[in-house]
Order: sequence, then structure tokens, then C-alpha cells
Amino acid sequence: MKFLRDALDKAKHNFEKGGKWEKFYYVFEAFVRIAFVPNTTAPPKGAQVRDAVDMKRLMMTVIIAMVPCLIFGMFNIGYQHFLALGQKAGIGEMFWIGAVQVVPIIIVSYASGLGVEFIFATLRRHPVNEGFLVSGMLIPLVMPPDVPLWQVAIATIFAVLIGKEAFGGTGMNVLNVALTARAFLYFAYPVDIAGEVWTYLPEAAKTVEGYSGATPLAIAANSITTGENVVTALNNFGHGWADSIFSFSNMFLGLIPGSIGETSTLMCLIGAFILIFTGVGSWKIIVSVFAGAYGMGLFLNLVGGNPFVELPAHYHLVMGGLAFGAVFMATDPVTAAQTERGKWFYGALIGIMTVLVRVFNPAYPEGIMLAILLMNVFAPLIDYFVVSANKKRRLKRATV
Amino acid sequence: MGKFIRLKKGFDINLAGKASSKLAQTEQPETFAIKPTDFYGIYMPKVVVNEGDVVKAGSPLFHDKKNENIIFTSPVSGEVVAIKRGERRKLLEVKILADTKVEHLPFTKYSISEIANLTRDQIQPQLLKSGVWLNLVQRPFGIVADPAETPKSIFISGFDSHPLAPDYNFLFKGQEQYFQVGIDILKKFTEGPIHLNVHTKKELGAIFSQVQGVELNKFSGPHPAGCVGVQIHHIDPLGKSDVIWTINPYGVVQIGKLFMNGIYDASKILAVAGSEVKDPQYYKTYIGASVSKFLKNNLKQEHVRVISGNVLTGTKINSDGHVGFYDQMVSVIPEGDKYEFLGWITSSPQKLSVSRAWGLFSFLNYKKEYILDSNTKGEPRAFVQTGVFEKVTPMDVLPTHLLKAIIAEDFDDMEALGIYEVIEEDLALCEFVDVSKHQVQAILREGIELMQTS
Repeated sequence: MKFLRDALDKAKHNFEKGGKWEKFYYVFEAFVRIAFVPNTTAPPKGAQVRDAVDMKRLMMTVIIAMVPCLIFGMFNIGYQHFLALGQKAGIGEMFWIGAVQVVPIIIVSYASGLGVEFIFATLRRHPVNEGFLVSGMLIPLVMPPDVPLWQVAIATIFAVLIGKEAFGGTGMNVLNVALTARAFLYFAYPVDIAGEVWTYLPEAAKTVEGYSGATPLAIAANSITTGENVVTALNNFGHGWADSIFSFSNMFLGLIPGSIGETSTLMCLIGAFILIFTGVGSWKIIVSVFAGAYGMGLFLNLVGGNPFVELPAHYHLVMGGLAFGAVFMATDPVTAAQTERGKWFYGALIGIMTVLVRVFNPAYPEGIMLAILLMNVFAPLIDYFVVSANKKRRLKRATV
Repeated sequence: MGKFIRLKKGFDINLAGKASSKLAQTEQPETFAIKPTDFYGIYMPKVVVNEGDVVKAGSPLFHDKKNENIIFTSPVSGEVVAIKRGERRKLLEVKILADTKVEHLPFTKYSISEIANLTRDQIQPQLLKSGVWLNLVQRPFGIVADPAETPKSIFISGFDSHPLAPDYNFLFKGQEQYFQVGIDILKKFTEGPIHLNVHTKKELGAIFSQVQGVELNKFSGPHPAGCVGVQIHHIDPLGKSDVIWTINPYGVVQIGKLFMNGIYDASKILAVAGSEVKDPQYYKTYIGASVSKFLKNNLKQEHVRVISGNVLTGTKINSDGHVGFYDQMVSVIPEGDKYEFLGWITSSPQKLSVSRAWGLFSFLNYKKEYILDSNTKGEPRAFVQTGVFEKVTPMDVLPTHLLKAIIAEDFDDMEALGIYEVIEEDLALCEFVDVSKHQVQAILREGIELMQTS
């Protein structure tokens, strides 16, 4: 790789102070540093050796953990597509249909997000941060499969600008960037991201008889008015064209309509395993989100009232985006609670809030998005209490 | 009776090139130097010798302008050959060309029975005048102890858990009597106990097992278990107005020698270790020795970083530089000023990390001896809370919050979050593991200096 290094060294003076492209120094640096880890050495005083881990590697690990969800998501788009059309197709064909839908979304997400990052790096003269590597992949995974590309671009730009750069870039943002994008779409273009948009169907496609694009959460919310038992409603759904599509096991596997990457609880668990094993994601948060949701579900079962409230607690864990949110969104090291003890509360409250929003506010069937965004805002408050407790322990000791 | 403290958090960096337990037979270095930059809490050093002056071991070289009782003395006898100053005439070092045979300035000698009856007022002047006082380090802040203070207790860490650390049993073999006398003298300074802390996994040598008059506490667990700040935190934590003194066993032995033999004996055993040293072993020399003789024909390659001290807290010196006052080892590692192609994603069995992130497999084998260079392996970034600081900090201290308070210069928060309890070495591992590559120790010292001057 010496020739590349030499070429970069040769080009470097153009970007340094006084060079003709001086303005674009940080953009140039960003690319150089993808190719090469810089040759900076430890300062003369202090730690003279450093751990091999850096931000890029950390972010890359998260992306790798998302790959199972991505691959499965591509396949599932095709699977749902052919199911709705009542056609039979091979796995390769299903995967192809999904890939054609997903790849452009990924490209648009990265291009628009990194575009904003580069513009900001140039204007504000700071290095380009790696944070968007993860956000850029998360955003496509929480989009409906047939979302218009321009909406992806606008949502991404909004999220990076208002959600992150306005606060000073990666590490300073209050809200999870990918969820900000999703929330933006949800409130700005409700028609395109709510209702029966979760199956990819080309225009004028003729769907199979009896087809409905409803999601399990919509069915559950609907049960409040019909009074039908949710589990029965779920099991009866799809009769004739997709028998037992919303059975518990099918929802666990993720062979259901939904956002590109978040349908499969199994794939999310594989991602969770990778994050927990590598230590990149906080196991405390993941576990406590699930526990919070399950506990809240159980509690509601005891209280009773309407069919949604009486939905068995374990159903909450496999419906909607709870698993995906718990594993990939709640664990965001920047927007989550920063104290180890705080992480338990933060995660549990996300789980509880998710179920509460789902059950008591059917206008927003997807509770996890709002729950995480809300807890992002409250995370500093949780930390405040944990840090205060630490200070108090110290103070107590002093007076003894 | 002493306590037993089990620490779980932390990390042992296992490096190649440990010193083997033998003493090298080489001639003594020609020059020795005392560097004021090794000490904290010194207002301004005032030099009392001129170039060309002849000094003996124990003769004063400079003293603190604010507290003239704190005297820095020559480790050897010889001629002052250089008084090096930096920007704004800041004193960097006083260099002495050593005689072949060291002559000592005489101090008062006492018999064991006399020592038992000495009072602090009789002891303190001799400690200060001879320069052994500098071995006493005061917490909070890790500064040279204030002669006007009375500490609530004194702490001695009986083991060094840093990477490639020297074996104390080897360093202090046969010094039992001096160590005991040193302890007896230290007892006159505090009403509280003297805590001597040892590690359960390390062999307990005669020097620590036989000593009387101390609380012997046992620690288990990885580095930073050997850092005295961590030990204080678990045994006798520092409150706001508390003062604790810490001292290395070397200092205790030096005090013992001063009173039993009536000399300032600056001889010390030094470990020269690290992956780039051909024959890592111990050398008997004096405080402030030049390292050039130890490294001559003893390096595997030329492009190295020579560190006075260990790789976590040490200071880079030239290959003809001098060892720091408190340091008992010299580490030599490869200089890491090279680019690594796609180094942020590639895997290599040579990469050591606390993390198990993609491509880092060192967690499978932490027992292996790693060769680490001085590259920072990444670029500085904003703080991202990955929880890794907490994994290597076995104290009830929140490192990220403390560091942020320092950066924000929030004095109340710094105090409340425990800045009195830590100095650089206690949080050095945080600097090692930091994903965002902050200079944790430099930030911490900045905060400590802010607190001192406030």
C-alpha cells in the first residue's frame, strides 16, 4: 500500500494551510484516515501505549451486528411481496426484490447524511465523525420498504442537521439520530409511513384475495374497538392467503410486514449477542428494555380492561420494533444514560413506556420510537440522580 | 488487623520483555540528573549550585522557593556539569558528572534504641536536609508532602502492578532492617496507622512479612490494584480536609539508611525492560541515572521510545536521558510513528485491547506477551460513553463525569466527584482504553492544579 500512501502524501500539501483546496482539509483527512490509521504517537508524558480499539472499529462492530437484520430484511420484503400477490417464488428471487428496494435507500441515506457531515466539517473546521456510519445504516432499517427516496433524503438531512450538528456533532447530540429521522417522517408525512405501507407492492399490483396490509400492532389496537381477543385476532388474520402469519413463532422469526430491518426478533437477538459479546452495546440496557416491557405487559394483564391490555406480555416483545429498538437504538452510547446504574432505569423505562404508548395511545401504534426519544431526553436526568448519589456517598464519608 | 480487599475491575497489560531476576554487571553511568519536573507542588525551584561546583551525595542542588525547607539533593558525588533551563528560564534539570567512588555528606547517625526515643521535631530537619523528604507524597494532589501537615495515615504500596513492573522482592532484598527503621521513623508523623498493602498473588518477601508496626492489608485483582490511590480509596478514603501521605518502600528504606548509617544513600535497583531490550534485567545504580550505558548494545533496533517509568504513566526520555526521581524502571518500546493501512478494521494477533470489538481477538489470550508501540491507534473524538472507563476503575469514582467537570472547570463538581482521591496513575488505564483517545492524565493534572490554586 506504499503507492497509495505516497500518492496521499503528495496530494496532502494542496489541502494544508495555504494549499489551493485548504477549505476541504477535513474532508480530505476523513478519506485519508479511512485508508490509514494516522501515525500519531502518544505524548511524552502519560500513557505511552494505547488500546487497539478506536471509534471507527467500534462503529464498524455495530454495523456488523446489524447485518443479520439487513439480510433478513431484504429477504422478507420479497417474501411479503409475493405473499401479497399470491405468487410462489424462490428465495433468490425474494432476496433480489428486497435488495432492489433496500440498496437505493441505503445509498441515499449515506449520501445525504455524509453530505451534511462533510459540509459541516468544512464550514465548522472540525474532523468528520464516525457516528453517521451507524446512523446511516440504521435509518434504512427503520424505513418502510417502499418509502420514497426523497423522503429518506429529507429525513436524514433533518436528523443530521437538527438532531446532531446543531448540538455540535457526534457525542454531543441529545436524540438518537436514526430515530429522529424516523420520527420526522412519521410526523411530516404521516400518510406515507403509517397505515398499510409495510409491504412492498408496485403500483397497480393485483393483490391476492382477502389481502390486508395491517400490522400486528394495528390489529391489536383495533381490538380495543372490536373487543376481540388479540391473540385470536392475530391467529385468524391472513386466513386463506397467509395462514397464521401472525402466530407467535412467525412474529418471532420476523416473516411479517414491517420496517425493512426490524421485523425479526430472532435477527435482533443475534445482533444483541454480537453487541453484548463484543461489549460494544450495553447488556444492561438491552436486558432492561425487554424486562421493562415484559413486566409492564404482565402488570397490565393483571389490571385488565380491554383486549389489548390483556394481550399476553410475551407478545409485546415480538411485535413491532421493540426488539430492534432495544438492541440498536436504546444502546446508542451517546444518547443513552451515561452511568452504569442509570442504564438499568433508562432501559426499563423505555420498555415500560413502549407498552404504555402502544396500549393506551393507539394513534401511535409504534411505541418504541417515542419511548426511546422520550428517554433520550430524560437520560441526563437519570444520570443526574446517579451522579448525585455518588457525590452524596463521598460527602457522607467525609463527615464521619 | 489488616483488611482483605478483592478488586475485580482493572486490566493487566501483559507486555513482552520482563526483566529477569538478575543484576547486570556494568559500569556506572557517567552522569546523573535531578529534574524538578518529576515533582508536583513545587512552586519554583531555586538553584543553589553553579556549574563547576563539586558536590557530595546529599549536598543540596536546589530548593523550593516557597518552602525553603524542601531541598533537592545530589544523588552522587561529583561535579555539576549542566544546569539546563527551558522556556522562560524554567529549570529542567541539574546534571552531575559522577566520581568513580561516591562520597557522602555526613548526617547524624543513630542507634536503634536512640531512634525509638526520637521525636518528630528531631527527625524532620534531617529528613528535609538530606532530601529523603521528597519520597513522601501527599494526597490529595500527589504533591511533595508539606512539612507542616500531620497526615491521618500513611500508605505504602508493597507491590507494583504496572506493565513490566519490577519485582519488589528483588529490589528490596536484604533491606529488612532499614525498612523496619524507616517505618519506626514514619510512625512519629501520624497518630493513625501505617498501611502496608500487598497482593495475594505475589510472593510475600521477608521485608514485608517481618516488619512490625504496620497494618498489613491484602489486595487481589488486576492493575490498578497496586496504585496507592486505589488502596487509599478502599481502606481509608480521603475526605475533603484530610491529608494522607504515601511513600514507596524505596523511600522507607532510604529513611532507614539515613538514620542508621548517617548518609543519603541514593543507590537504587532499576529494571530495564520492554520488548526492544535485548537482555531485560536489573541494574544497580543511583537516582537520576543516565540510561545510555544500560541501553548501549542492548537494543534490538534503533527506532524506539525510551520511557522513564512504566508504559502507562511514564515519561519519554532520550536514549541518553536520565531516569525520573520516583521511577524504578525504564521501559523501551517500538516508536509507533507509522501509518497502518486500514488499521481501524484489520485484525492481527498482535493487537491488544480490553475490548472485544470486531477483529480484536486479544481477549482469547491475555496471558500472551504483547509488543505494543507508542502509536495512539486512532484519533481524538468527543467522549462516547462505552462503559469501558468503569471497567478499569476499581473505585467509586465516575471517570467520565470527573473529566468533564475538569474540562468545564466546574470546581464544585470536581470536588464532589472525587478529584481529591485520584492522581494520574489511578486513572492511567482510562487513558489506555479510551476509544476517544483523550489525554486523561493530562486533563486530570490540569484539574488538580486548578483545585490547588483555587
